[in-house]
Amino acid sequence: MTTSTTAPALLSVRGLSIRYDDKVALQGVDLDVHSHEIFGIIGPANSGKTSFLRALNRMDEFMPHMRVDGQITFAGRDVRTVRNLYALRSHIGVVFPLPVGLPLSIFDNVALAPRLRGERNKTEIAATVERCLRRAALWDEVKDRLHSLGSLLSGGQQQRLTIARALSQEPELLLLDEFSIAVDPVTTMRIEEVLKELRQELTIVLVTNLVQQARRLANRTAFFLGGRCVEIAATEELFGGGAKDPRTTDYLEGRFG
Amino acid sequence: MTALDTTFLPTARERRAHGVQAVVRTGFLAITLLLLVPVLGILAVLVIEGAPAMTPSFFLDKPQKLGAAGGIWPALVGTVWMTGVALVVALPLGVAAAIYLSEYARDTWLTRLINLAIVNLAGVPSIVHALFGVGAFVHFLHFGESILAAGCTLAVMTLPVVIVATRESLQAVPRSFRDACWSMGATRWQTIRHIVLPNSISGILTGLILVVCRAVGETAPIMFTGAVFLRLVPPETVFDRSMALSFHLYTVSTQVTNVPRAIPFAVALTLILVVLSMNAIAIAFRMKLRGRKKW
Repeated sequence: MTTSTTAPALLSVRGLSIRYDDKVALQGVDLDVHSHEIFGIIGPANSGKTSFLRALNRMDEFMPHMRVDGQITFAGRDVRTVRNLYALRSHIGVVFPLPVGLPLSIFDNVALAPRLRGERNKTEIAATVERCLRRAALWDEVKDRLHSLGSLLSGGQQQRLTIARALSQEPELLLLDEFSIAVDPVTTMRIEEVLKELRQELTIVLVTNLVQQARRLANRTAFFLGGRCVEIAATEELFGGGAKDPRTTDYLEGRFG
Repeated sequence: MTALDTTFLPTARERRAHGVQAVVRTGFLAITLLLLVPVLGILAVLVIEGAPAMTPSFFLDKPQKLGAAGGIWPALVGTVWMTGVALVVALPLGVAAAIYLSEYARDTWLTRLINLAIVNLAGVPSIVHALFGVGAFVHFLHFGESILAAGCTLAVMTLPVVIVATRESLQAVPRSFRDACWSMGATRWQTIRHIVLPNSISGILTGLILVVCRAVGETAPIMFTGAVFLRLVPPETVFDRSMALSFHLYTVSTQVTNVPRAIPFAVALTLILVVLSMNAIAIAFRMKLRGRKKW
């Protein structure tokens, strides 16, 4: 039996291009995301970061104008050949830029994914809800009002609720799309701490417009610009002056974007 | 005066803008109040003219002398039956179609055609629906002239409005909720079942009740399909023919001679009261379901 020297990538993207009708959002992206890493993606607006995430869990199915070309392999399967998209999506948790507290109770927000999986055991569900809320650093604030509406929490709390909901899917891959846009700095820091711990259990793709956030969290960072992936490098290397492309250096130093 | 003192003094331009704004506001208010005149006028005339005839026995007795005396009980019951049938038929069909159009259908030529058809169907005159009802329900489906046929005709007539109202209630649920649910691996039906429907059901039901109750007042669709001039006993099954308030109003106002002046007004007032009370039920329903703000 031979063992490869590097672990196989959990997610592997080859020649990925995304178009919305005639508008090209992303072209020719190749990258690998390894298990248990936080993979940061930075870049200015309109660089194709969000489109990239959408393609990963096949949300293009819900956007009639979105066209995806190229190959995306997740856990060894080409996601375009996956027939059971529901299973694919349930393995990939997504956190959107704006928090989405579903108009259900806090408890039901987090219990939704287990229930959709067919979990009926009430103690099991309650345990999952508590575990996910704790991991999202929200439990202490809401444990006494689990049955009030999740959509009426504050922005920062709703975002942690969204993360708890994503975790309740027990995903292998967590996609975070500029999660801190509507969140105050203190909450952002708390969520960042959570993400660092989560790295033990799952793999994270973190799209962020905060360069320093990528620096704090990501093992490796990719720089997207104008629909192309300019550069991928270990975060320390990229921020330590090791960027190969002058555009990356310019962006990191805030000279444009 | 310092520069700061003049900051809040209106300039000539601002003064003119304020003037225009005041005129527009008053004008639109006057038009809105003007709209109350016909509503209140109709109610006032009906109450003044009809109230003397509105005794308990008027509601509970059967008509005598072709409606020129006695009460309206069979017509009242018949109207409630027909409305009930229309609701029961229109509700599942309309909601199902609206869910499909709002949640499943992609924007293709077929859905556009369907939407066009719905809009046009809403514009078809009620007498045409009546003829359709005669052909489809009375003869083709062998319902005969019956409450069932009349109710179905009313349902078909209101379906387009039901569909549009339901679709709007569904569309009022933000897209982000659906996205969040889909991205968790929920199917479209699970998303509808857990998120979309619970948050639009109050709007759907009230919309439905309001729309269908409008059918209560329709005369044309039922006069060939199930309503009769005179039938002294209230209906017992949906296959019976029956009197109906709207048709009764038509006959006592134009077909029967020597009707006391108060009777048509009393019938009309009853018709309005039936519609108003159903609206009240719809509103109470809405308030109960809505309860609190969800987002």
